[in-house]
Amino acid sequence: MKTFLILGAGTAGTMIARKMAHALDLNQWKVIVVDKDEEHYYQPGFLFIPFGYYKREHVVKPIRGFIARGVEYVVSNVEALEPAENRVTLANGRVIQYDYLVVATGTDIHPEETEGLKDGGWGENIFDFYTYKGAAALASAISRFQGGRLLVNVVENPIKCPVAPLEFMFLADAYFTRKGIRDKVEITYATPLPGAFTKPVASAALSKILDEKHIHVEAEYNTGWVDSSRNMLVSYDERELPYDLMVSVPLNKGAAFLGAAGIADELNYVKVDKYTLQSTEYPNIWALGDAANIPASKAGAVIHFQMEAAFKNIRAHMQGKPMPDAFDGHALCYIETGFNKATLIDFDYTHEPYPGTYPLPVVGPFALLGQTLPNHWGKLAFRYMYFMMMHGIEIPLPNKFSMVGKRV
Amino acid sequence: MTVLSNISFNAEGFMTDPKQWNKEIAAELAKQEGLETLTDAHWKIIDFCRATGLATGKSPTLRQITVGTGISTKDLFALFPKGPAKKVAKIAGLGKPEGCV
Repeated sequence: MKTFLILGAGTAGTMIARKMAHALDLNQWKVIVVDKDEEHYYQPGFLFIPFGYYKREHVVKPIRGFIARGVEYVVSNVEALEPAENRVTLANGRVIQYDYLVVATGTDIHPEETEGLKDGGWGENIFDFYTYKGAAALASAISRFQGGRLLVNVVENPIKCPVAPLEFMFLADAYFTRKGIRDKVEITYATPLPGAFTKPVASAALSKILDEKHIHVEAEYNTGWVDSSRNMLVSYDERELPYDLMVSVPLNKGAAFLGAAGIADELNYVKVDKYTLQSTEYPNIWALGDAANIPASKAGAVIHFQMEAAFKNIRAHMQGKPMPDAFDGHALCYIETGFNKATLIDFDYTHEPYPGTYPLPVVGPFALLGQTLPNHWGKLAFRYMYFMMMHGIEIPLPNKFSMVGKRV
Repeated sequence: MTVLSNISFNAEGFMTDPKQWNKEIAAELAKQEGLETLTDAHWKIIDFCRATGLATGKSPTLRQITVGTGISTKDLFALFPKGPAKKVAKIAGLGKPEGCV
């Protein structure tokens, strides 16, 4: 009996487990998926929690409901990975020898890595929205907020969903406007990037939206430490930013056992070939989704787009054939801009987001880099598409990036 | 004639050919960045960035520098004020460090 082991039952782990259970002869193969949790989170929905638009039931579901038939699901932390021995030891004591391993353990926030962030006002006037718990706590802080300085800070890149902090501020602007206190709220965005986003054309378009909404950008801001006695964020070049309420996007890192196993970079993201998604260190290891160190966005749509390439390549590798497919780094993100509007960006490893239209049969086209109501519906429809995808129902989004409809 | 006259730079002031680089050029570029003298501590970081930059084809990020050299971010900012990653890349004759995606 051979073993196909998957670590992580999030978006990527759930999808690859189903594909493998369907493709492999289960008389010869065991497919095992391990996750530390029993709950699956619809993470793009965390953004809507702080403003009361989504509740727990919109974003939290039991993992067991998404695990395909024929897949063994184990709830445990991972203690150690020994790639040279093809062996994983779980925290519950079980040792699993694998033939193939897919790492899909995602990325997590690490507020403890920034001096003063975790031990100061964390949970009082400093919050995150990258965990369900953080987003829910932030919701009650925002509902109580009567005005003052709202500071949104990205500590270090890369982060999961690089547009989420922008969306958060756009929604905050709309929320406080509706509440009639927008003129009492100062919104500041402190980012290590030179502008609103990583790619020039989109960055200019998003900067314009920030400007229109009177959101101040503190660019090239390298977060040093938090002085919570003065409610002050300080950068390494000693720029001080005061806050009454801080929304922090702390340092993001992959799982520590990956770094210890020697297959990951300095942020514990698994080193893979960005086209095949195969580990550069061990040929029987793949990494999918946020856990891989590819220069693509850490986002659900990216996982959908890379799944087919990863699956075909793993199958070919099992059969001793050359790997047939290359992931192109394709990402597609609806960006909520507030007041029931959203914009859309579509890009890959070599093409930055351009304006134009994104063609989709029946429901499209959607406006790229423009703010429209249909884009907002697209954003909300994503949740339904996501859960369809988690149940193994194909959704009609082409995997490969295309220039159709784009204006350069 | 200065040591920089035959060197090509891009619009943002980064050298376009890392092979043209030498220590004299580095010292000159450092002056343009406001660093009058380069100490051993500076050189330790520049050498690290040269080595990783040439090996990977990319300038190291701030975190790669701190993890790779064992120098804390605070000290790095003291040695190369404002943006150390960008500053070192420039002095080391490498390209601009990539932002994230």
